[in-house]
Amino acid sequence: MWNRLLRLLFYTVVVGYACLTLGPFLWSTFTSLKATPDINQLWVPLSDLTFANYVNIVFSDQYPFARWFLNSIVVGLIVTVGNLVFNSMAGYALARIQFPGRTLLFMTILAVMMVPGQVILVPTYILLSNLNWIDSYAGLTVPFLVQSFGIFLMRQFFLSVPRELEEAAFLDGLSRWGTFWRIVMPLAKPALAAQTIFIFMGNWNSFMWPNLLTSSDAMYTLPVGLNTLYGEYDAFWNNILAGAMFMTIPVIIVFIIFQRQFIKGISTTGLK
Amino acid sequence: MATTTSPPKQQRQRSPKAGRGQKWTRDPMMGYLFTLPVIVSLSVFLIGPIIYAFYLSFQQFTFLNPDLSQFVGLDNYTRLLTDERFHTALKNTSFYSLGVVPVQVSLALLLALIVNSKIRGKTFFRVAYFLPTVTSTVAVSVMFLFLFKRDGLVNAFLSLLGVEGRSWMLDVDFALPSIMLMAVWTTVGQFMVIYLAGLQDIPADLYEAAEVDGAGPLRQFWHITLPLLKPTTFFIVVMSVIGTFQVFDQMYVISKGAGGPLDSTLTVVLYLYNVAFQDFEMGYASAIAFFLFAVILILTLIQRNFFGEETRM
Repeated sequence: MWNRLLRLLFYTVVVGYACLTLGPFLWSTFTSLKATPDINQLWVPLSDLTFANYVNIVFSDQYPFARWFLNSIVVGLIVTVGNLVFNSMAGYALARIQFPGRTLLFMTILAVMMVPGQVILVPTYILLSNLNWIDSYAGLTVPFLVQSFGIFLMRQFFLSVPRELEEAAFLDGLSRWGTFWRIVMPLAKPALAAQTIFIFMGNWNSFMWPNLLTSSDAMYTLPVGLNTLYGEYDAFWNNILAGAMFMTIPVIIVFIIFQRQFIKGISTTGLK
Repeated sequence: MATTTSPPKQQRQRSPKAGRGQKWTRDPMMGYLFTLPVIVSLSVFLIGPIIYAFYLSFQQFTFLNPDLSQFVGLDNYTRLLTDERFHTALKNTSFYSLGVVPVQVSLALLLALIVNSKIRGKTFFRVAYFLPTVTSTVAVSVMFLFLFKRDGLVNAFLSLLGVEGRSWMLDVDFALPSIMLMAVWTTVGQFMVIYLAGLQDIPADLYEAAEVDGAGPLRQFWHITLPLLKPTTFFIVVMSVIGTFQVFDQMYVISKGAGGPLDSTLTVVLYLYNVAFQDFEMGYASAIAFFLFAVILILTLIQRNFFGEETRM
């Protein structure tokens, strides 16, 4: 009797919290499909729903929404590839190659991880504006091509991989560079997958930096664009939420596909 | 970029183990080449700016007119003592952190225990609980603004319970607590997963032994799970504190950059941002940034002390 009651309580909590996490997405999706005259109606019959708002947003004359989407994709890809290559190279060197200054470099990387990003907000802005990189792809990508956390992650990963294979390849005459690309990187697939997800998502959702570094409509990334959409379009909630869902749904799809790796990636990086 | 090593050495080096290892690992040239991109990038975009920000924090500096900048010693730091708006921002941020961190940590543990137990549809619940974490803070802020509107869904539910609705995000007393609720909702999944990893690292035979000794689930939790999760908890508390003290996006979107109504959602970073890029007082903004750095550092050290030596990261 008590056991059954406890089970019931347990499942109520489990399902209840799932409703709390999924509810806002479902409600926002629902609203984003309402026709404009129905915005203030809480409930409308499902047959009255329409994709007009999505079409409206994507092909709007007022807002280059498609361009924002493209900007987010381009910037995200460049930043992700840069991080994968550079963080891995450095992580590999820190784990495997001995050279004077290696410890100092590693300590520096650990130390700067402690400094909150807001400290460099002002100097970075001044630097980029002197380089004339404000409002450009260069400004949105170049400062973010390397991440200390990623270097740390890759170093830890390479330390845990047995070195015999690389050693053998190296002794068989493969160059250091060749060993790195053909032996080491393929071995690092799980760590690279975790990093890809982290960095791409982080970049896709990043708001403070792009908001600071862009000033023209055409250079906005999706979060910056969505913020202006809300700022100026206030009453058209169906359009605003269509915009919000437009930038959320791709992430949700990617997340569901890579869910296993994603959670594994978080758990391994979170604890190391 | 590719370099080839000379093959003749192969034969000699294959047998003696010690010599082989040394030749393989000591390679300064390659060490520097491999770390060059990182060294350049970190110097130009991180270490240089950190040093420059420190220098700026002793200057009266306006981006619009750099020639007029002058050394003002500790003025920017002493100004923090008397700046009312800064005090409001610090108070709001501390309140936010004090409210969010404990809820977040305990809820994350509870959810991790749930999705780690033998429930049906485990994967579904893991995904459902984690979903808010992957969503952009801007999209989430917009969604919650809509839900918490005067004629929104939250008020519709509350009216069923007889509670009078209000414009939550526009209310001086409720704007910040509403954002805190949203913050827990968005980030708890991430900490849940870290706890989940911690739970799975606990050897199962510990529980088996405890069961043989007659310990019930509650005692097992108290004497095995909690103590063994201590390092994880330390990590999560530190991450949560750091995150809450750096909060910016939600407040910026919801208050349209101003921290309103009546500064009730003004946080340290939002204030820093406005001081730097609206008032263009970049020296003062840098002092605020270093103050923030000091607060985070001190809180982290205190927690490390509190959680004991074994939780060194």
